[in-house]
Amino acid sequence: MGAELGNYKSCVSARSTDKEILKHAQDGGIVSQLFGFALDEGIIDGAIVAANKEFAAKYPSKVMADNSNFDMIEPWRPIPAIVNTRAELIAAAGTKYNVSPNVSMIKEATRSFGLDKVGIVGTPCQMQAIRKLQLYPVGARDVGASIALAVGIFCMENFPYQSILQLVEDHAAMKMESVKKMEIGKGKFWVYGKRGQVVQLPLKVTHKYEQPGCKVCLDYVANLGDISTGSVGSPDGWSTVMVRSKIGDSVWAKAMAAGCFETQPIEKVKPGLELVSKLANEKISKNKATLEARATFGVGKALRNPYI
Amino acid sequence: MGLLDSVFKKNISAAPQKPADVAKPVETKKEVKPVADKITVGYTHLSGCTGCTVALADNYAGLLTLLDKYVDLKYMPTLADARHIQKVDVSFVEGSVCINDKLAVEEIKETREKSAVVVALGGCACYGNITRFCRGGQQNQPAQEAYLPIGDLIKVDVYIPGCAPSPQLIRNVAVAAYLLLKGSPEQKALATAYLKPLMMAADKGTSACFCDLMTNVINQGLCMGCGSCAAACPVRAITHEYGKPQGERDLCIKCGACYNQCPRSWFSFDVVSAYESINETIMAALQ
Ligand code: SF4
Ligand code: SF4
Ligand code: SF4
Repeated sequence: MGAELGNYKSCVSARSTDKEILKHAQDGGIVSQLFGFALDEGIIDGAIVAANKEFAAKYPSKVMADNSNFDMIEPWRPIPAIVNTRAELIAAAGTKYNVSPNVSMIKEATRSFGLDKVGIVGTPCQMQAIRKLQLYPVGARDVGASIALAVGIFCMENFPYQSILQLVEDHAAMKMESVKKMEIGKGKFWVYGKRGQVVQLPLKVTHKYEQPGCKVCLDYVANLGDISTGSVGSPDGWSTVMVRSKIGDSVWAKAMAAGCFETQPIEKVKPGLELVSKLANEKISKNKATLEARATFGVGKALRNPYI
Repeated sequence: MGLLDSVFKKNISAAPQKPADVAKPVETKKEVKPVADKITVGYTHLSGCTGCTVALADNYAGLLTLLDKYVDLKYMPTLADARHIQKVDVSFVEGSVCINDKLAVEEIKETREKSAVVVALGGCACYGNITRFCRGGQQNQPAQEAYLPIGDLIKVDVYIPGCAPSPQLIRNVAVAAYLLLKGSPEQKALATAYLKPLMMAADKGTSACFCDLMTNVINQGLCMGCGSCAAACPVRAITHEYGKPQGERDLCIKCGACYNQCPRSWFSFDVVSAYESINETIMAALQ
């Protein structure tokens, strides 16, 4: 296993020891538990997460002003929000399989929200965005040093909202408001209904609905997060956790000492890192090929390559 | 990464040391050069608002450390009592050029002639920014109507975009410029890698707008909806609808922050992946 998994100091399979968090979590409740712990300990004083319409209705001051027309916001459409308490964290938990521009709140978090130590969860590309912003802050005065904990989530690709609508309402024949959970795993897109029904779609069906910008993405396991996590590699109800930076290492050690997580060595679980590596390699080589094809996309004309 | 890491470790130990004799009381009240190896810096102020100057000053103690260890400030209308542009290693230029103002045109040319490296500091120097909207007709110089970013009159080496530019980016560029000119070969390589995107931005052109996100990111199939552009915009001209940027172009002041902050405008895996050691080194250098 090589560069496809990025640098990391340790990797385990883990789940939260908090029953309440596990009840609402997508997998092992890692993000909610980490942020919950970091809030309790004062490691962060708020976190940027992807919430939803119900959250925004309940906590209107925690979302950006320009999302205030809640009537226009559909079920399963994410809204970046700032959470300051465990109750807010739990209200915002769960994966929404469409684009949530979490980084849009990173400056505001340190302004009107008044945070000094910001947590942020996001996709690998969002981790890249905040690291670029820390090294090259163009419109981000004093923001970089306020980022106290960045948790990255594994990501194969994302979808525009309308793609999810199409997949759920057309392909899976379910109403968006009747969906309890969505999941991509075991080669399928799973839709779980509130009344207990389960629909699975082959991933092949979903490909044409992917966000085009994801096709040049060269990161699967959030290489630039302080800690990254995802379901792949671990059994159901557990998450694979990679601890990467000094900040990540110190937060993870404290959370473990406080009994926040149950862990198993990643080598002991199935399917383990081998599958993570395989998927990471698949993603990276497919997208490198896309980048190469862009270089000769036209006749003597290339599409732009952002990587220098 | 190996190279970058080792370079930065070296850099910490290679941080300039004051010669032992500096501690001795000196006869004259005039500043003696405490470090032999400082770079000389000038600051040319054209049609700017001094916000870039304030941003530089907002490095607080970091600015004092810069001046103490790395930078000899030769010329800067607001901070130094020198009347004329001098020969320096690096010039920072704030503001755009009013081409109807003879003195301004002379000053930007002279800045180029007398500087090894010219840095356009802030949205106005890089891209024109708010002065793009100038069209003359105001008292008492109604004919002062045409303003150009400095890159339209001289060759610019490095851009520091932003309105106002972030103090931390100015600081990082100053440290990198020091390493570029005074560092070991490895440090030079690292400084070049760090500065490269800002040099490429200078080569790319002198206009900026929200539309850059459309023409160069979204239209190119590169936008992935991270939200950085909205965070960067100083006038909240950008919101996200269904995860994609929506620009209020009549609010946009054409500063170029959004495009340059976007991780899909330019992104160097080499440099950004070493973010931890680079940040630590810069902080250590400014201790
Ligand atoms: S695939 Fe890459 S670009 Fe797309 S959402 Fe995931 S991390 Fe971002
Ligand atoms: S910063 Fe770039 S990639 Fe991110 S949402 Fe804006 S245009 Fe898209
Ligand atoms: S949209 Fe905002 S950040 Fe972008 S150029 Fe216009 S004012 Fe600057």
